[in-house]
Amino acid sequence: MKLHKKDNFSRRNFLKTSVLASGGMLIGFNFLTACKPEAKMPVDIANLNFNDFNAYIKISEEGFVTIFSPNPEIGQGVKTSMPMIIAEELDVAWQNVTVAQADLDTKNFKRQVAGGSQSIRSSWSVLREAGATAKQMLMQAAANKWQVDISTLKVANGIITNNNGDTLGYGDVVKEAALLEVPEKVTLKELKDFTIIGKDAVNVDLHKIVTGQPLYGLDYKAEGMVYATVLRPPAFGQELVSFDATAAKKVTGVIDVITIGEKVRDFKKSGEKNWSFNLSSSDKVVVIAKNTWAAIKGKKAIKAKWKTITALESTEKHEEVLNGILNDTKGKVRREDGNVAKAFTNADKVIEKTYSAPFLPHNCMEPMNFYANITKEKVHLVGPIQTPEAAANVVGKMFGFAQDKIHLEMTRMGGGFGRRLYGDFVFEVAEIANKIQKPVKLISTREDDMTTGIYRPSTKYKISAALKDGKVLGYHLKEASINGNMYGSIAHFFPAGCIPNYKVETGNYKSNVTTGAWRAPYTNFLAFAEQTFFDELATELNTDPIQLRLNLLENIDSKKDKRIQYSGKRTKDVIELVREKGNWGKVAAGIYQGFAAYYSHNTHVAEIADIEIKNGLPVIKKVTVAVDCGIVVNPTGAKNQVEGGVLDGIGHAMYANFSLKDGKPTYKNFDTYRLIRMNETPKVEVYFVENNLKPTGLGEPGLPPAGGAVANAINAALGKRLYSQPFIKDLKKQTILG
Amino acid sequence: MPNYTLNVNGQQRQVTVDEDTPLLWVLRDELDLVGTKFGCGIAQCGACTVHIDGVAMRSCQMQVSILDGTKITTIEGLSTDGKHPVQEAWETIDVPQCGYCQAGQIMTASAFLAENKNPTEEEIRNAMHGNICRCAAYNRIEKAVKLASKNL
Ligand code: FES
Ligand code: FES
Repeated sequence: MKLHKKDNFSRRNFLKTSVLASGGMLIGFNFLTACKPEAKMPVDIANLNFNDFNAYIKISEEGFVTIFSPNPEIGQGVKTSMPMIIAEELDVAWQNVTVAQADLDTKNFKRQVAGGSQSIRSSWSVLREAGATAKQMLMQAAANKWQVDISTLKVANGIITNNNGDTLGYGDVVKEAALLEVPEKVTLKELKDFTIIGKDAVNVDLHKIVTGQPLYGLDYKAEGMVYATVLRPPAFGQELVSFDATAAKKVTGVIDVITIGEKVRDFKKSGEKNWSFNLSSSDKVVVIAKNTWAAIKGKKAIKAKWKTITALESTEKHEEVLNGILNDTKGKVRREDGNVAKAFTNADKVIEKTYSAPFLPHNCMEPMNFYANITKEKVHLVGPIQTPEAAANVVGKMFGFAQDKIHLEMTRMGGGFGRRLYGDFVFEVAEIANKIQKPVKLISTREDDMTTGIYRPSTKYKISAALKDGKVLGYHLKEASINGNMYGSIAHFFPAGCIPNYKVETGNYKSNVTTGAWRAPYTNFLAFAEQTFFDELATELNTDPIQLRLNLLENIDSKKDKRIQYSGKRTKDVIELVREKGNWGKVAAGIYQGFAAYYSHNTHVAEIADIEIKNGLPVIKKVTVAVDCGIVVNPTGAKNQVEGGVLDGIGHAMYANFSLKDGKPTYKNFDTYRLIRMNETPKVEVYFVENNLKPTGLGEPGLPPAGGAVANAINAALGKRLYSQPFIKDLKKQTILG
Repeated sequence: MPNYTLNVNGQQRQVTVDEDTPLLWVLRDELDLVGTKFGCGIAQCGACTVHIDGVAMRSCQMQVSILDGTKITTIEGLSTDGKHPVQEAWETIDVPQCGYCQAGQIMTASAFLAENKNPTEEEIRNAMHGNICRCAAYNRIEKAVKLASKNL
């Protein structure tokens, strides 16, 4: 059944209550199914099992509230912010709420994904309604007890009060409430009455983190568990021929050396497809050991022979093909307004620039790992994964298990950045567990992660502008990328609609190097290219860079173009806020500023970077950020996300170099691969635009404008434009701060 | 396999492991102290930082066989109640994002502050620069170290 109209959608279909054996009340709901009108609904709602839901509110007879957060936590704070939304509508005191991670528990209509900064946006209404529904049922139970009308009751902090001043706690009425019909209509709070949303709430796992308690996949242990390391082809395009495990088997603690790969090939042959499945067909050598160290040493001792199946690629090759796409091919047109060719023919002046970005590994601080135990009857999986549903689905198909035989527990994740959207390590460990019929944990080293990754692909942009009579009349953006191209919506980001003759086209090269989403896919580099290009245009037009953006945005909101993704007003709001807070143009001598603004993942962001020059090198002092993400659910968490996004953006733009030679990544660990460190980080000041609009994501949007703001500041200071990342390479200097 | 007696968090612990086993894996796999994290294995990221006789060291590069007679402190033993001033400062400032690097950050910061009670901003930034935070929670780490220095 497909539901198209919101009206068809009754609360009863996504919410269910029951009395707990322990006496409390359990409210289950399916938060993403509920907010997706096209989602398949269960056929028989009455017979649903509680396992069919992915989010729960539990209220005990003592009045304690436990909220099982449905979304995997990768560090973006949803495990705190989502329960805050429920607690707000439920009207309980935040300090009385416990938050736990809900596991993925079978049945096929569930969906738990952390990625794309969409978590909060897509679940805002559902979480509010779930909380409000529970509250209304509890109030109804109290009204029945007192035999008064529900409208005469008041609630605060989980205590219901009637006109006589009598009180009942939620715990006193849970039993009765659980038996009531789920109401069809509930009233949501007025935004002005919010007491939890908009107030700082610290990370719910905070104390466990600072005391070193087990939380992450790498920390998980089970009785009888063994450890596995996987030797994969050293170059993209190679496969295993043979191996000698004599030395490996002599390492103390090594139990066995096996191969995997057959199940991957079977899955591929079956024609089954899943976007999170990204594995090569090669056999891989697996060392099974009693402990991690033996597994690592054993792997080093394997002598393997590899053969080349498809051409081994290099960074030089990618440079060549991407330049070829930019200069010699017709791309796929993603958007075209007016007559771009004519605008360029009639221009007073044409500016054309090309921007380049390297491959990037994700480098989550916690290396990829996963636990599996597969017996004849069932599958138990535990670990950090952003896409539990897809992972369980593929494992079910690979090993012939129905979804209700698969139990997947999610751990806290030591970073995601897009890497844990792909389940390669889950499928590998499942094949190992299936083969050895023992509980096993796959462990990757940093070298494994960096050299057999799923990379942000190298991308190039060529941007041209046609200037006439001091105005930008034509704009042409061409993207050349590897294994994929910008999402369709990106062609309708700024400056779409602001320039009368406008064209975006894309071209692609298929590579055997695995690539995938990386924090703020495409926009993580596109924003730099565009925002430095506009800075250059401002210089060319003799205009203040901020004023140039504001002029271009002048009439955008009056255009009736539904495809346009961003709001002119909201873009202007963040620009004006950052101009004021960042003291644009009013800083002390010796400080140079750069500006950038970008809309991505439904959030508008503007940034100003302040730098100074020390010993001829740029030192980034401060970044001021203005953000419009609608209602800010948890200010401390939101700021943390934005600060991190900005510094991540700067770090990768400045330092992150990566390359391939003969199919092999040439960077393997943090001795050569450079991540930003504390003494290189500027202060980040974050300001939010205050409004009453639906909250939008924060995990990604802070990142895209950061590189552009810094590059523009470097130009202001040194008169040197940057066209490629990392900047330090472009600046031909090896260190910034020594 | 040889036998070793280690003094970890004030307790004598026996382990039977290969002599080249890094302390990191002894702690994590043998002693169930998983608060100390694995990040790079080559002394570059600081995720595995512990105190050896009060000094911040990288446990991924420290062979178990050389630790005889030393006092090892891990994040689990930094305080008995989880209320070391550095841990408290971390909670007040709400430092972590993913949190994975934070045990190492706290161990580096606590050893540093034990030596330098009143550090300047620059000293903090230099002392902490060996610890990578991939989530780049650096602004808050810096603030928390400053706050902890006031409360020590
Ligand atoms: S794991 Fe020891 S320094 Fe990175
Ligand atoms: S908080 Fe994620 S690595 Fe530091």
